[in-house]
Amino acid sequence: MQRSLTFNIFRHNPQDPASVPHMDTYRLDETDSMTLFIALHRLREEQDPSLKFDFCCRAGVCGSCAMVINGRPGLACHTKTRDLPDTITLLPLPVFRLVGDLAVDTGTWFRAMYQRTESWIHTRAEFDPAAQEARMENEVANAIYELDRCIECGCCVAACGTANLRPDFLAPAGFIRVARFAADPRDQRTDADFYEIIGSDEGIFGCMGLLACEDVCPKHLPLQNQLGYLRRKMGLTVLKKLLPFGG
Amino acid sequence: MQIIHTDLLTIGAGLAGERCAIEVAGAGFSVVCLSLVPARRSHSVAAQGGMQAALGNAIMGDGDSPDVHFLDTVKGSDWGADQEVARMFVEAAPIEMRRLAHWGVPWNRVVAGMHTYWKGGKPFDATEKAENHGLIHSRAFGGTAKWRTCYASDGAGHAVLYTMDNRAAQLGVTVHDRSEAVSLIHDGETCHGAIVRCLRTGELRAYLARATLVASGGYGRIYRASTNAIICEGTGLSLALDTGVAKLGNMEAVQFHPTGTVPTDILVTEGCRGDGGTLLDRDEYRFMPDYEPDKAELASRDVVSRRMIEHMRTGKGVQSPYGEHLWLDIRHLGEQHIRTKLREVDEICQNFLGIDPLHQLIPVRPTQHYSMGGVRTDKTGAAYGLKGLFSAGESACWDLHGFNRLGGNSLAETVVAGGIVGRNIAEFLQGYDTAFSTAHVREAAARDDARIRRIVSGADGKESVYAVREAMYDILERAAYVFRNGTDLTWGVQALQEVHERAQHIGLASDGVGANAELALAIRMPGMVRLALCVCHGALMRTESRGSHTREDFPERNDRDWLNRTLASWRPGADLPHLDYEPATSYVELPPGDRGYGGGKIIPAAS
Repeated sequence: MQRSLTFNIFRHNPQDPASVPHMDTYRLDETDSMTLFIALHRLREEQDPSLKFDFCCRAGVCGSCAMVINGRPGLACHTKTRDLPDTITLLPLPVFRLVGDLAVDTGTWFRAMYQRTESWIHTRAEFDPAAQEARMENEVANAIYELDRCIECGCCVAACGTANLRPDFLAPAGFIRVARFAADPRDQRTDADFYEIIGSDEGIFGCMGLLACEDVCPKHLPLQNQLGYLRRKMGLTVLKKLLPFGG
Repeated sequence: MQIIHTDLLTIGAGLAGERCAIEVAGAGFSVVCLSLVPARRSHSVAAQGGMQAALGNAIMGDGDSPDVHFLDTVKGSDWGADQEVARMFVEAAPIEMRRLAHWGVPWNRVVAGMHTYWKGGKPFDATEKAENHGLIHSRAFGGTAKWRTCYASDGAGHAVLYTMDNRAAQLGVTVHDRSEAVSLIHDGETCHGAIVRCLRTGELRAYLARATLVASGGYGRIYRASTNAIICEGTGLSLALDTGVAKLGNMEAVQFHPTGTVPTDILVTEGCRGDGGTLLDRDEYRFMPDYEPDKAELASRDVVSRRMIEHMRTGKGVQSPYGEHLWLDIRHLGEQHIRTKLREVDEICQNFLGIDPLHQLIPVRPTQHYSMGGVRTDKTGAAYGLKGLFSAGESACWDLHGFNRLGGNSLAETVVAGGIVGRNIAEFLQGYDTAFSTAHVREAAARDDARIRRIVSGADGKESVYAVREAMYDILERAAYVFRNGTDLTWGVQALQEVHERAQHIGLASDGVGANAELALAIRMPGMVRLALCVCHGALMRTESRGSHTREDFPERNDRDWLNRTLASWRPGADLPHLDYEPATSYVELPPGDRGYGGGKIIPAAS
């Protein structure tokens, strides 16, 4: 039987001095295969054109549409209403600056992360257009790809206890980025170089181990595994620094 | 009003825009990239399949060369491509793939020894050469003689865009995201940058640039059913068209992808068919070999899309509440293959359709997919008509693809053209000075500001922007889809002219303050209707069938009268584009001939 869905949606327009944060309620009849992408666009086009939210690829690959859906960060585009109860509460992701209603500024946050982690291959090798490519084992390429699959949606950041408490925390998305370059033989940075980036309370030692990041990652990235791996690696780097015969 | 100066302004920060930006920044110039969304959310990220480059490392690509790639590309274009551009592209592509590897793209690599691959739904064994172990591997894509598509699992677009944006960040390229260009600043001869609207606050800014690049992607979203990201509304093209002097090439050349899923129009990659996926009808019968005995599902996209519609017209389509469709079957590829190599496809099926492709068939139908048309440039990437204006990637008509582009050639074009055009822009900037007129800037900003205020206040009327868009969708769906004919196109042009008039009277229902999507769309809408008119009018005038442009009333490819490129410009106050034509190519390496697939008659050029 067709359901009537109730949407409670966070509203605030930071550009309007008269705007006060509040919740608005909308009703919509559910249709087959309805996703939050379909539902929110119908609400905007049929009921309230001032509704603000972000979508881009609407196919789960670009990371634009993360929001808090009934208490849990997730991608709106691949959330099917049939998997939700009759009442759906939508809030913007915390941690990020609000653009309006459900839209938040992930772009600025992630650009700061690239600068902090120096999110690029560090190499002294020059590209030679006349030469054959450097060889790489296919398993290595696959392993890098697995760590490179983050879509920067911000779900893990929003779900992270530490990131909600301290704005300077690098957060799981930052750690997986470091892990991606640490796994890449083309990047000539050493463990000591990576330690400079993440070996602090704003880095991996700030994690409280609540594990929510991995639970909410829409790409199912091994965030906890990589954090554990980086911590062990960084622990060893510290030990080497302390011991007189260390490297 | 804030005024920002830069050497190069790119409108768009997807692969083509950033690749250009990197080249220009690397030469020591300042670059600002505008993007509607954070750069990594650009539509480039969605390309699953890969990039064509004749590296020839894989055993199934053995003996490949730029020459073979050239033949495939020109045949694929149905001889609409500029052959000099195609030659430059195929020669540069392998080097560009290696450069991307150097920058960090995790391309899949050759593993020496015996492997089981799939072709046409059947497995076969092939042995990869030991001497190629660890070099860049390639997979099959439609319309190619060799397996030539470099890939990174099934997220090539993601892997390359992330690497490109990393490289851009390393070089200090500035990206201003949530920023939309609303008009080009120009004096009728020279382009001086753009008036830009901040999508966070709604304020206008002026960017003054010695060179301006349109790299805003395609115009797929003028159609209702499109695989494109929802931001692909052709804004960069409309800005160029609105100058009155720049020209858009071959706007009627619109590609439909055979496997858009139903009902969400999300693309499942051609890699599915490359790896051995098959198309089935309502009786679960594999029909493609009946139409295309040799290539079957691997014929080029326009051919497969046409055969699918043709087959559905015989009553063999599957009926559904969302309209008719066919089935894509990948079940036989097995769990390991589907869950790893085709993981994105698997996720799309599970997350958006609620089906498991290991056990169930995937509902698909031809869906708008790629815009061959774009801002017409010369081979250096310089736009016709305005000095200092350039274009690259899907937004450009460079013209690599002619009337149909091959899978894997578009993603490759973004980086190859980006590199070439970027080097040309750097060269252009070396010795180039220009004077910016503050009067032009002020006039352009005042004009845009007044237009926006009238939309917000409803001074010109209260037409709903969503109703206007629906009307445009309906017309294009009937008149300018996979099959076209004179009757529908004549009606379509007239109906779109009426919609264009309505678009002048859009008024908001909301307040338009801040990050307001209704206003952003209302600003774009008249330009989108003009693009739709370029498509429809160009399609009506082109009385032949070529590549993806299929006229039921003119089924022959007519090399005698139509071996040319449509050029559309929009004169101030006009209600139709002005069309003229130029030869498809002045450099001929491969004279017009039979593509070897797709059937159809050819009226040869007069000798």
